[in-house]
Amino acid sequence: MIEFLMHVEQDTVGVAVVDIKAGRRVTGRILHGAASPKVRARADIPLGHKIALRDFKPGDTVVKYGEDIGKVVVPIKQGELVHVHNLKTKRW
Amino acid sequence: MKDPKFKGYRRENGRVGIRNHVIILPVDDISNAAAEAVANNIKGTLALPHAYGRLQFGEDLELFFRTMIGTGANPNVAAVVVIGIEPGWTQRIVDGIAKTGKPVAGFSIERHGDLQTIATASRKALEYVQWASELQREDCRLSEVYISVKCGESDTTTGLSSCPTVGNVIDKTVARGGTASFGETSELTGGEHIVKAKAANAKVAAEFMRVWEDYTAMILKEKTDDLSESQPTKGNIRGGLTTIEEKALGNIEKLGKKTKFVGVLKPAEAPSGKGLWFMDTSSAAAEAVTLWAASGAVVHLFPTGQGNVIGNPIEPVIKLSGNPITCSTMSEHIDLDVSAILRGELTVDEAGDELIEVILRTCNGRLTAAEGLGHREFALTKLYRSA
Repeated sequence: MIEFLMHVEQDTVGVAVVDIKAGRRVTGRILHGAASPKVRARADIPLGHKIALRDFKPGDTVVKYGEDIGKVVVPIKQGELVHVHNLKTKRW
Repeated sequence: MKDPKFKGYRRENGRVGIRNHVIILPVDDISNAAAEAVANNIKGTLALPHAYGRLQFGEDLELFFRTMIGTGANPNVAAVVVIGIEPGWTQRIVDGIAKTGKPVAGFSIERHGDLQTIATASRKALEYVQWASELQREDCRLSEVYISVKCGESDTTTGLSSCPTVGNVIDKTVARGGTASFGETSELTGGEHIVKAKAANAKVAAEFMRVWEDYTAMILKEKTDDLSESQPTKGNIRGGLTTIEEKALGNIEKLGKKTKFVGVLKPAEAPSGKGLWFMDTSSAAAEAVTLWAASGAVVHLFPTGQGNVIGNPIEPVIKLSGNPITCSTMSEHIDLDVSAILRGELTVDEAGDELIEVILRTCNGRLTAAEGLGHREFALTKLYRSA
């Protein structure tokens, strides 16, 4: 079963396409790619929300669609939820 | 690739419509009551009340007239009764709509009062609606349908499924000689370099960047925080979107993979030729769709994630969603469920063909969910305060 999707291989976050429970080892699919990435969830990731595919430190850029979607403001561990509490826009 | 046929309304100026409305168009806020009374008297007519039309000036006034005249001129409209407080601006709108060749008449309230105006305008509205009811649909081609696209209450599923589905339809219809328009100027922020690269030539790219930078400058001037909860909206955030960059990159999926855009339109400006056009619009759904309807678009494709319920009085809004929660909890609002893309059970190309089928059924007369539910949001864009 596919539990998260990535747009391209360079993405550093995946989108949960089911509700993911903390502790579960989940399998993803890359829309424009062939690999089946796997990651262990460290938090509950609701459907539509993002799971970190690597560790991040403050100031790091998060990549989705192969593009910059903002800057990390608190440390994030692989498998944690990435959202407004730890990722901010660089624009406004 | 074939260009499918459907039965539509070919108007006096050759433009193709998919609906046959007789509208009662108030020039200003204080004529709404008379317009609504006429629509109540004469069944089958539709009043379009709105909040503006008084003491506007400059570019804001030009946009107001373009929107009013464009709404009346839209090919989904068979005939128009215009009602204003005084005869001058009323006639300016009548004259603008009359250039299409369709029946249009204006009535003004000063020196007559509401009651006499309603009586005379109602007689004209009855004449128009009986005439329009005998118009017959005839063979038209999908490439003659001017399509607008904009998403709303987006989430991460829109960028993965419903927006790429619309992009697939843009690629297929524009390649067949169709006309389409996208916009949402502020909501391209973070992906503006991608949009710029999709311009047909350097001049169009430069004009797009000028318009985008102008909108961005307004936001930077007026902002009091990072706009989180406004753009992206609270609903976007609930659905998993975090930043404007992430939202924009999903939005841009609607532009397709191959199609270049051929020009930049002012708000409510009609395209001067075929192809894909960028229009400078608000990213708020009702305002943006009202501008596209005023530019002559006859069907709107609206991907949604969390379930924006918008409709428009004259331009049918087709909604598609890839969010399985929205498709099950708000099914009455969704015309096409593309959530199978997330499960890997449907390709974007197959979803695009399904959406073309829904467009053709809508063009042939099938009511969209928003039409059936009575969503008739008519929201004028106001550029600044009145004089």
